[in-house]
Amino acid sequence: MKILVFVKQVPDTDDVALDPKTGRLVREGVESKLNPVDANAVEAAVQLKEKHGGTVGVVSMGPPQAEDVLKKALALGCDESYLLSDRPLGGADTLATAYTLSLAARRIGGYDLLLFGRNAVDGDTAQTGPATAAFLGIPQVTLASSIDVEDGWVICERRLEDRTQKVRARMPALVTVTAEMNKPRYPKPVDIVKALKKPRHAWTAQDLGADPSRIGMNGSPTSTRGLMEPRKRKADTKYFQGQPREIAAQIADLLHDERLI
Amino acid sequence: MAQEDCKGIWVFAEQQDGKLNDTVFEILARALDLKNHSGEEITAVLLGKGVTALAPALFEYGAEAVIVAENDALAQYSARPYEKALTQLVQKHRPSILLYGATSLGRDLAPRVMVSLRTGLTADAVDLGFDEDGVFCQTTPAYGGSVLARIAILEKRPQMVTVRPKMFDPVEPRSGASGRMIAETVDIAADGDYEVLETMARQDHGGSIEDADILVSGGRGIKSEEDLKRLDELAALLGGRLAASRPLVDSGWLPHDRQIGQSGTTVKPKYIFNVAISGSVQYQVGMQKAGCIISVNHTKGAPIFDISHYGAVADYRALIPALIEEIRRRKA
Ligand SMILES: Cc1cc2nc3c(=O)[nH]c(=O)nc-3n(C[C@H](O)[C@H](O)[C@H](O)COP(=O)(O)OP(=O)(O)OC[C@H]3O[C@@H](n4cnc5c(N)ncnc54)[C@H](O)[C@@H]3O)c2cc1C
Ligand SMILES: Cc1cc2nc3c(=O)[nH]c(=O)nc-3n(C[C@H](O)[C@H](O)[C@H](O)COP(=O)(O)OP(=O)(O)OC[C@H]3O[C@@H](n4cnc5c(N)ncnc54)[C@H](O)[C@@H]3O)c2cc1C
Repeated sequence: MKILVFVKQVPDTDDVALDPKTGRLVREGVESKLNPVDANAVEAAVQLKEKHGGTVGVVSMGPPQAEDVLKKALALGCDESYLLSDRPLGGADTLATAYTLSLAARRIGGYDLLLFGRNAVDGDTAQTGPATAAFLGIPQVTLASSIDVEDGWVICERRLEDRTQKVRARMPALVTVTAEMNKPRYPKPVDIVKALKKPRHAWTAQDLGADPSRIGMNGSPTSTRGLMEPRKRKADTKYFQGQPREIAAQIADLLHDERLI
Repeated sequence: MAQEDCKGIWVFAEQQDGKLNDTVFEILARALDLKNHSGEEITAVLLGKGVTALAPALFEYGAEAVIVAENDALAQYSARPYEKALTQLVQKHRPSILLYGATSLGRDLAPRVMVSLRTGLTADAVDLGFDEDGVFCQTTPAYGGSVLARIAILEKRPQMVTVRPKMFDPVEPRSGASGRMIAETVDIAADGDYEVLETMARQDHGGSIEDADILVSGGRGIKSEEDLKRLDELAALLGGRLAASRPLVDSGWLPHDRQIGQSGTTVKPKYIFNVAISGSVQYQVGMQKAGCIISVNHTKGAPIFDISHYGAVADYRALIPALIEEIRRRKA
């Protein structure tokens, strides 16, 4: 079985800052890391390989330093990496990103299963996975919390708003995984050393045979018109006063007035 | 599609098992605001099998036209037949705007339609409207909600958006309202490569935090699982449910469907008690629309107080038991 995992490099911070003058993100001094749920996708791929045999390729589109997250995925058990990096690929929205990733999948070829994280913590659209499936014309399973394969089908559980589903899709198929699926392993030092010897490929837009009008900024119908800090709803907060027992009585009064008790 | 001759605001009328999703009514309300600006007709698009009966409700909540495509292949949702059906309808009628609920179904479907129509899709918008220049813009949270981005789709049509649930209030339904019914046939086949093997109602259904009127939500300041049980007790006394910020879920004390926030659930209860939660933006985006926000934190400057209607600067370990006792006493 041939599995491809797609991973994104994201800023390693909980709170991004905006430059008050330009309204742009402050990028200086912010480290990057592997998008958290992509570690679950890598773990799922490696476990499937351990169980059913085969190979796992890992793909990322991004600036040259995205190589770091590919190295990490190799240390976690992937066999080969593909970096899609080229100036004209920059500024892609999900349509252009998914187009580019689908070209890479086609060029690698022979895949049975494509694994994505449910969402990335930066742009956070959760659209890249399903859009890539659409470009490839293959079925998809989004929000998978478990995964296995049997007789050419991938079988997953999905947790939705009011129901859980067990579904199956005939491979080749694309699955987006959630953090519930597994606990990613930590790479051992020996795995990190071994990873250095694994094959790594770097492809440009031309290598992919990409249509220049469909990649990067050119190929992106959405455009960002500005970034804002969320408006802080500075409420006119009423504070309860006194010791805990007194506060409890005031809250109970409030609950009583509101007919909650 | 290019801009020329694209007209009309469409709302994808998500239904499952013959029941319309609540987001449909919320989005219709917003569509009515958009119509005030652009004057364009509001059309709800209904896909399924035996779903024509849902049209009157769509008219009552603001749709002027309803397009219905009934087909055996649409009886149960699956991505590819729905993608094809919707694509065919859009290509025929050429709307300018197409809105979906940012539900698990909407977010499964919309990116595929984006690809088949080669248009733009804004993800999970918390607001949308026309700006000073008359450009249709969407506001969407990024970086876990610490930044809001303003997105526009300038050239391609339709301009597609998934809209986060609970952002808008439905309008009062106009009973007996009706409008244009358009029955369409779509040329699709069932997907032989995708199959739902089993569907189970969520065990906690009827117990989900999404539709609770009262929530008691605990944060990282909660010291033990024993303390968490007391919060659950308080929730039960008030006829509400227990929720949490992310750290308690990460620590495994509560399942993910109890998590409020950007990477959890958006809630809009009538009352929410935040206990030992500092109020990070990622948490706030999930609950700031609550009707009445009451927060307990022993740190006076905690940001959660900035968005709270009532604040108690106190150690919850003293306050919560006292409150439970007080409520019990008054109920007795
Ligand atoms: C503030 C902001 C708002 C944005 N809003 C929108 C929007 O509304 N609509 C839109 O179309 N675009 C939007 N974008 C652009 C979007 O972020 C990019 O298209 C990006 O390439 C996809 O990232 P994502 O975070 O949305 O990924 P998601 O779709 O959330 O990521 C899901 C999974 O896809 C895989 N993946 C994602 N990107 C890559 C990659 N480059 N290489 C390999 N695997 C990948 C990973 O497995 C990841 O876990 C926005 C960007 C920013 C910065
Ligand atoms: C991409 C991304 C997505 C995220 N999504 C979410 C999300 O969906 N939901 C979410 O909640 N977080 C989310 N987070 C995490 C978020 O940034 C915060 O880390 C988290 O919300 C903090 O939770 P907290 O307020 O419970 O904890 P803390 O910030 O640690 O606050 C604990 C509070 O408890 C108070 N306290 C301590 N002891 C007591 C006591 N005895 N009595 C009273 N008060 C006490 C303290 O004063 C403090 O204010 C996300 C982060 C990222 C980067």
